[in-house]
Amino acid sequence: MNNKSLTELSTGLKVGEFSSVELTQHFLDRIAQYDGDLNSFITVTEEQALAGAKNADEQIAAGNTGALMGIPIAYKDLFCTDGVRTSCASKMLDNFIAPYNATAVEKLMNAGMPMLGKTNMDEFAMGSSNENSFYGAVKNPWDLDRVPGGSSGGSAVAVAARLVPVSLGTDTGGSIRQPASLTGITGIKPTYGRVSRFGMIAYASSLDQGGVFANSAEDCALVLQSMAGFDAKDSTSVDREVPDFSAGLNESLKGLKIGLPKEFFDEGLDAGVSSVIDAAIEDYKKLGAEIVEISLPNTHLAMPSYYVIAPAEASSNLSRFDGVRYGYRCEDPVDLTDMYMRSRGEGFGSEVKRRIMTGTYALSAGYYDAYYLKAQKIRQLISDDFKQAFEKVDMIMGPVAPETAFKIGEKTDDPISMYLSDVYTLSLNLAGLPGMSVPAGFANSGVNNMPVGLQIIGNHFEEAKMLNVAHQFQQATDYHKQPPTAYAQAKNSMEGK
Amino acid sequence: MSLSPDEVKKIAFLARLSIKEENIEQYSQDLSSIFGLVEQMNAAETDNIEPMAHPQHAMQRLREDVVTEINQREKLMGNAPLTEAGLFLVPKVLD
Repeated sequence: MNNKSLTELSTGLKVGEFSSVELTQHFLDRIAQYDGDLNSFITVTEEQALAGAKNADEQIAAGNTGALMGIPIAYKDLFCTDGVRTSCASKMLDNFIAPYNATAVEKLMNAGMPMLGKTNMDEFAMGSSNENSFYGAVKNPWDLDRVPGGSSGGSAVAVAARLVPVSLGTDTGGSIRQPASLTGITGIKPTYGRVSRFGMIAYASSLDQGGVFANSAEDCALVLQSMAGFDAKDSTSVDREVPDFSAGLNESLKGLKIGLPKEFFDEGLDAGVSSVIDAAIEDYKKLGAEIVEISLPNTHLAMPSYYVIAPAEASSNLSRFDGVRYGYRCEDPVDLTDMYMRSRGEGFGSEVKRRIMTGTYALSAGYYDAYYLKAQKIRQLISDDFKQAFEKVDMIMGPVAPETAFKIGEKTDDPISMYLSDVYTLSLNLAGLPGMSVPAGFANSGVNNMPVGLQIIGNHFEEAKMLNVAHQFQQATDYHKQPPTAYAQAKNSMEGK
Repeated sequence: MSLSPDEVKKIAFLARLSIKEENIEQYSQDLSSIFGLVEQMNAAETDNIEPMAHPQHAMQRLREDVVTEINQREKLMGNAPLTEAGLFLVPKVLD
């Protein structure tokens, strides 16, 4: 049951092998059994899950057999879910009950997916380890002493430990790809504008994009299909036709030109990760691809410009948390200023405060040109690098992260070393490009072999091609079929089915 | 680049964030190292480069000026810390 593809689950539901209620209960049982250690959920919505499953069973009985009908899902806790707490893993929103659904959620609910719950994350999506959560750190199912990556760590872990078949995350600088890499699953961040941001609590609006975690590219394609598309409620949603993401999965990769940016294989890359990526590239050669060395010469400027643009937009976005209309309010404020200062000071965690202050300083009078405007110009340079590269190649590949999952606590005292976890992922968000992480093998990290993800980067709106490129790799390899051993065994009656 | 504890206090006030006195020094170190990273941008030549605000260079869309929302006042105010008679309550502003 845990290792079935979404298509296999859908078939099982249609032929009556099991019901959506049984399937949903199976995953609720696994959450109850395993999530005490992993901490991947903030809220488990058992009641809504079973009601949604019951409804899906009725729909299936009536002959409504959409591809996702009856298959349960979990959402990162920054997707608004009507009537359900949406906390952003912050004390600030600990009591916040969303009054509407995010568009992505609404679309997947309409497709018949029962909601299992809301997953843990770095507070306001700021972090690369999922240690910055008001509800505690999320653990990596491959080694409980290690981080799962962030900021969508809970959504990644829930899929990796097979507590859910699929989940949604968001990616502002790597927050889908990096945790997918560190937990050994498949994740896709679509092109900026492809998935509506409406109802996703904003971190950095010009970079944020919702996407999918699943056990394969094939599964990602199905879910992305249902959530993508123009939305009038998102001012930067792109009005462009959504192609069939599954139609081309089986196309041959013969003659595909893959570019390897030399800047992604520098001295900062761990040797074990590097050899896994090299082996994956060899696999692509066997599949008929041609490898071309390319250069993205402004890659080293991605981190400095990201850490202006993202905090600047965050400082503006998070000004809405004022203790008046929603969210945390401090006790006994003496006046309005005191209420703002203490509500925000007490309600936000330290990384969020660091980024708000970084952004506030960068935008403060007299500094705009030196920081924000300069960063936007560099953003253009980075985007131009990719544009030139895509004139020569069809896809770009490299590592997702410079190393495998690190130990909990290892980088918490040094923000810059934590930020380096996203050194290969940030540039895509700046350029608005789609990216994936695909399980490519394991590298030794002392005690355990930890998963390594291969990053696949496509040109704007080339998700279908990327999914094809990832799927062909997954037809030739089985890394994506290997769950962490502690979560692989059959323990209840549904497992045999 | 270094930001002094006094500058941190000023920024924290601009951002309306109360910071405990004992944490000011740490924020001063952290923000200084972040801006140390940020200043690597200065090495880049950007004189004739247009700033990029949106990945697809899209313009703001306009829509017809028609009512699209329904009245959900009570539901929307349900998350407010303090309300009375359909109003948000805040500490006294004017004497």
